Amino acid sequence: MDVQEHTISLLVHNKPDVLARIAGTFSGRGYNIENISANVTMNPRITKITIVTVGTQATMVQVENQLRKLVDVIQATHMKSRESVRREMVLASVGGDREKVMKAVEELGCRILKEKPDHFVLEVTGSKEEIDQALTYLETLDMKDMSRSGMVVL
Amino acid sequence: MELNGSQVLLRALMNEGVDTIFGYPGGSILDIHDELFKSSFNHILVRHEQGAAHAADGYARSSGKVGVCLVTSGPGATNTVTGIATAYMDSIPMVIVTGQVPTPFIGTDAFQEVDITGITRPCTKHNFLVRHIDELANTVREALYIARSGRPGPVLIDLPKDVMRATTEYREPVSPSQGSSEPVYLPDAGPLTETVDLIKKAKKPVLLIGGGVIHGRATEELIEFARKVNIPVTSTLMGLGGFPGTDPLWLGMLGMHGTYYANMAISDCDLLITVGVRFSDRVTGRLATFASNATIVQIDIDATSINKNVLVHIPIVSDCRSALVQLNALLDRNGLEKIREGRESWITRIGGWRTEGPMSYCQGDTIKPQCVIETLYRMTKGDAIVATEVGQNQMWTAQFFRFDKPNTFLTSGGLGTMGYGFPAAIGAQVAFPDRLVVDIAGDGSIQMNIQELATAVNYKLPVKVVILNNGYLGMVRQWQELFYEKRYANTGIGGQCPDFVKLAESYGAVGLRAVKPEEVEPTIAKGLEAPGPVLMDFVVEAEEGVYPMVNPGASLTDMKLSSGIGM
Repeated sequence: MDVQEHTISLLVHNKPDVLARIAGTFSGRGYNIENISANVTMNPRITKITIVTVGTQATMVQVENQLRKLVDVIQATHMKSRESVRREMVLASVGGDREKVMKAVEELGCRILKEKPDHFVLEVTGSKEEIDQALTYLETLDMKDMSRSGMVVL
Repeated sequence: MELNGSQVLLRALMNEGVDTIFGYPGGSILDIHDELFKSSFNHILVRHEQGAAHAADGYARSSGKVGVCLVTSGPGATNTVTGIATAYMDSIPMVIVTGQVPTPFIGTDAFQEVDITGITRPCTKHNFLVRHIDELANTVREALYIARSGRPGPVLIDLPKDVMRATTEYREPVSPSQGSSEPVYLPDAGPLTETVDLIKKAKKPVLLIGGGVIHGRATEELIEFARKVNIPVTSTLMGLGGFPGTDPLWLGMLGMHGTYYANMAISDCDLLITVGVRFSDRVTGRLATFASNATIVQIDIDATSINKNVLVHIPIVSDCRSALVQLNALLDRNGLEKIREGRESWITRIGGWRTEGPMSYCQGDTIKPQCVIETLYRMTKGDAIVATEVGQNQMWTAQFFRFDKPNTFLTSGGLGTMGYGFPAAIGAQVAFPDRLVVDIAGDGSIQMNIQELATAVNYKLPVKVVILNNGYLGMVRQWQELFYEKRYANTGIGGQCPDFVKLAESYGAVGLRAVKPEEVEPTIAKGLEAPGPVLMDFVVEAEEGVYPMVNPGASLTDMKLSSGIGM
């Protein structure tokens, strides 16, 4: 059985315990959440939650059906990689080597958010692979801390 | 008109057709109890909140209505969790109303505060914390809707005390939001036609039913279908009563303690049609060999039950009744004699298995528990609502009491909750004051909610409790005999058993005892005739086992037919 990453996009009622119930469905049934992002949609009463999970095709069908059963889940869609646009973001705090930082800006599309004599705070947005690539390079820049977001998909 | 929260609650419940509430008071629900006092609601006061939950469950299982219970915050709420999980596992429509500390105190570790919505999130179909009185009426309506629609289940409503104290201009609640839960599922025509084609070709078909047939109120259509096609019928524990146990097509229950012939038939069949079944491990045994020669059609309202444990060839997501109605119509158009052709050799083969491995047990000097149940069945002609506890008492009931009608067998199948049966029987008796309601228990299980004797006596609920007293936690002892070389660790309770006759009498109930086989029938007769609740203590053979037995993880065809001793 082929184990792969799958992305699920959920539209849910914007209520306080919806996220808890979704997370509980994953943990209770032994599915994992690789990464997650959540925010309101154009309708403030509806939230969009994007979850990346890992499993076989059969498991994915189960996960989606379990989520659809939840009263506050309006829609659950499996986002196929070919048909969707997906982005993640990372903020990274790196050492003060300006030359190396400028290289990251030019070649990896990093943005400088903060500049200090001894460190920079950089922002990178891109696909998962682009972020992985950027982080590999930023690690050589004496990266002290980083914060990586969940995936957003359309 | 201006109403306070408690009045809104009761009015909203009444609008939904609720007239009975099982409960236990407490600080956070004092206001509600004050309103109950002034109202026409039938509030059944139990002696433990777990009893309230199981009683609401028994009420629901026997009547098909939504069971409602009302408990206070903190420990009152947590005491219902076992009952909620019991209902969740068996898909029982129930609404549990819990009191909660006032909203400013939530999250402050206040007195009798507990995050009950958090605790019950995994074992409720949905739950609500009502933060404003204007949400209350709609929430009640929505909760009842969710509880009974689609695949039924328990729903909890948490009510903070200040919300209940507030007042509002009462507005009739609007229709509940549909959300993803659940309009009536109608089956697609394609798979149904395919199913009929398979039925025509099948030489060895079997029909397996489960609890879904009873929840879906589809027994009439099911009986019509089975007889049209002349297909042998077996059932899971939860489906008992969904097809008449006295019908010639009936194979008995299948699975870990199923009949020999049901297990052989399902293992050999070439077409398996399942209706309202979720393929519990108790039913399938080893998955690799479960119905391995069969094409499988699965009809179920819940998409997550399909292809979860057993991969099926034709999945049909639908409520049972709609699917069966359409199947029956398709069958009528297809000419039934042809469909019934070629079944004779299959029926004969099954007949052979019936002869090879009938349900049996040996009689002797001691009372055999199976005999108690058979005698009870005979003397009541099967006309009773029967609840069970869990373990050997439960399995023997499933094996030796034939259920002809749905909603007459109340048992905790999914969770296997000891202590369920007695309060559930009380709930059923409340729903049907004029029917015979029996709880079949073990000496271990009956002690778990024995305090409900007070409830039964108080409301004159004439529940008849049959205790199969073997001095052990029987089912666990059986496993210790089979798998732990008879090291009976912590299962011998006979030495410290109460005198059940005196116990019954101390509560004001009738207590009876039988110790010899010839005393069984007169004791049952006396018990059934006695007014009010009765405990009947049958001192039975201590180490009797439930057979057949399929070891956990073994194939259904690997049945142990007896203990091999004392036959």
